[in-house]
Amino acid sequence: MSYQSARSNLLAAPAIAWLVVFMVAPCLLILSYAFFERGVWGGIEYTVTLENFARVVDPLYAKIFLTSARIAGLATLLAILIAYPAAYAISRAPRLRQPMLLFFAVLPFWSNYLIRTYAWMVLLNREGLINNLLRWFGYQGEPLSLLYTESAVIIGLVYNYLPFVILAIYSSLSRLNPELMEASRDLGGGPIRTFWRVTLPLTLPGVAAGGVFVFVLSIGNFVTPALLGGGRFQMIGNVVYDQFLSANDWPFGAALGLVLIAIMILLLMLQARATAHASGERARVEP
Amino acid sequence: MLAGSLGAAHAADLVISNWDGYMAKDIAETFKAATGLEIEVVNHATNEEIMGKLMASQGKGYDIVFVSSPFAEILNHQSLVEPLDKAAIPNLSNLYPEAASLAYDPGNAYSVPYTWGTTGLCYRSDLVKTVPDSWMNLLAPSDDIKGKTTMLATDRWLMAAGELAKGYSVNETDPAKIAEVKDLLIAAKKTLLAYDDTTFYSKLVSAEASLVHAWDGWCNYGITENKDIKFVVPKEGSDLWVDTIVVMKGSEKKDAAMKFINFILDPTNHAWAAQNILYKVPNKAAMESLDKALIEQYPNMGMTPAELTKYELLRDLGAAQKDYSRAVSEIKASN
Repeated sequence: MSYQSARSNLLAAPAIAWLVVFMVAPCLLILSYAFFERGVWGGIEYTVTLENFARVVDPLYAKIFLTSARIAGLATLLAILIAYPAAYAISRAPRLRQPMLLFFAVLPFWSNYLIRTYAWMVLLNREGLINNLLRWFGYQGEPLSLLYTESAVIIGLVYNYLPFVILAIYSSLSRLNPELMEASRDLGGGPIRTFWRVTLPLTLPGVAAGGVFVFVLSIGNFVTPALLGGGRFQMIGNVVYDQFLSANDWPFGAALGLVLIAIMILLLMLQARATAHASGERARVEP
Repeated sequence: MLAGSLGAAHAADLVISNWDGYMAKDIAETFKAATGLEIEVVNHATNEEIMGKLMASQGKGYDIVFVSSPFAEILNHQSLVEPLDKAAIPNLSNLYPEAASLAYDPGNAYSVPYTWGTTGLCYRSDLVKTVPDSWMNLLAPSDDIKGKTTMLATDRWLMAAGELAKGYSVNETDPAKIAEVKDLLIAAKKTLLAYDDTTFYSKLVSAEASLVHAWDGWCNYGITENKDIKFVVPKEGSDLWVDTIVVMKGSEKKDAAMKFINFILDPTNHAWAAQNILYKVPNKAAMESLDKALIEQYPNMGMTPAELTKYELLRDLGAAQKDYSRAVSEIKASN
């Protein structure tokens, strides 16, 4: 080991020790519960079993996994569709103004997630701001049921994770070499063609990073479906939450959590591969 | 200031875990004035949260814990709670006789009931066409209140509504009956606005909902804000919920713990809960000391112990908990 790498290992040691003690070890401990039985009076009975995994593949939970994936997928798609133009606009704004625009994009993060979610409840409920505005504009019918719907859950997820996607896409847009666009123009490419053939492919790693972020955070989310879905939409995060905090069935909750983690790791690996692939492309374009 | 509070934390004679706002804010001062003992109050948000902590630490770190009766029962089965030293708690005699013979702990061997009540229907009398009197008013609502009802999200109470409607025990463990209840609740879901066990009374106040599944004490919070809100126990009955106080076996300050329980059972101190959180307390002297206006404003405060103890207590389900939890997942995942 060279002196250089020995020193950097030494410097990283406190952080790694911290992560191992407070993050890796507790997580592994909880996940190990998946292989034990629920005690009749709650808690863990240390008898090794695979029954919890047998319960996970029950069609009921498969259906809940699929629902969660669909909701998270829609949220991801919407977030990208909104974030891309926003990130593009910020990256094209005068350089001096960009930090301020980014600041506004992340500003909502300065308030608590729960408060922001409750704010959506105030907006969407039957006696809420939107319905009151409609009435003010002369709408006479029954108030619209906007809250406690799947759309409300998706809106909440998109809203809460949008800044992550904007930042991820912005960072890959701002690293784009402007000469590539010029080259495309010189070779006769119009703005649309330049976007499709040059800008978009080269910023896909940013899109993938942002997208995986939203998807991973959404699929395990339990606060948004509980509050904006009124508990009528069960996502896998809610089932895990219920197992730990209501059914007192930690082993089964741990087994569901393991599956969720496996899905996330798979997605992150795919994203890493996509990024590696794209940087290979970039290497070919940027001599 | 900092040194003072750190010193107090180390010097505390008792560590008590309770729900936020469930005791008088100045309890540490009044208890110290009465006994010279220091207490440190920590909060838990739910039974499950404190149970998780107690299971993980085998009960170490806390002297006194407030939990609902099925959890006190679990703690007792796990041998984590200390039998009460009755000689040190003369104020036990303030309890109603009914409160000393509850099925999970007859004779208050290891727990003292702190508050008790029922689960029923809370509604806006100005918004419903017919006055509800049955669980079916909630589970199969008339057209005028469809989409304007909520049910409690917590699995035991959610299931209890269906069980009571069908005339079954709230601790039913027969899989066939659980399945029937599940089907009834899946059908009811189509008419629900939401599952809600934290803001249901404010939904009534804002008129978002007209009829909600509610704990009586929480319905009182709605009544405080709107006098058209009323509470009814459906004709098929209710469960009887009890929040209890237990002393941990691992406590090294058991004498002080018994003193604290005696202090809480003092009529003035126990009446605090009725006056401030609007829950009935099982303390005869405390209930008799209440201002009659309170009971006029919140009629469910006037339910007698005899009326309350007609209802069945939620008990720990043991192995059948799995069936409940699967049924509830199925209900909530249905569409």
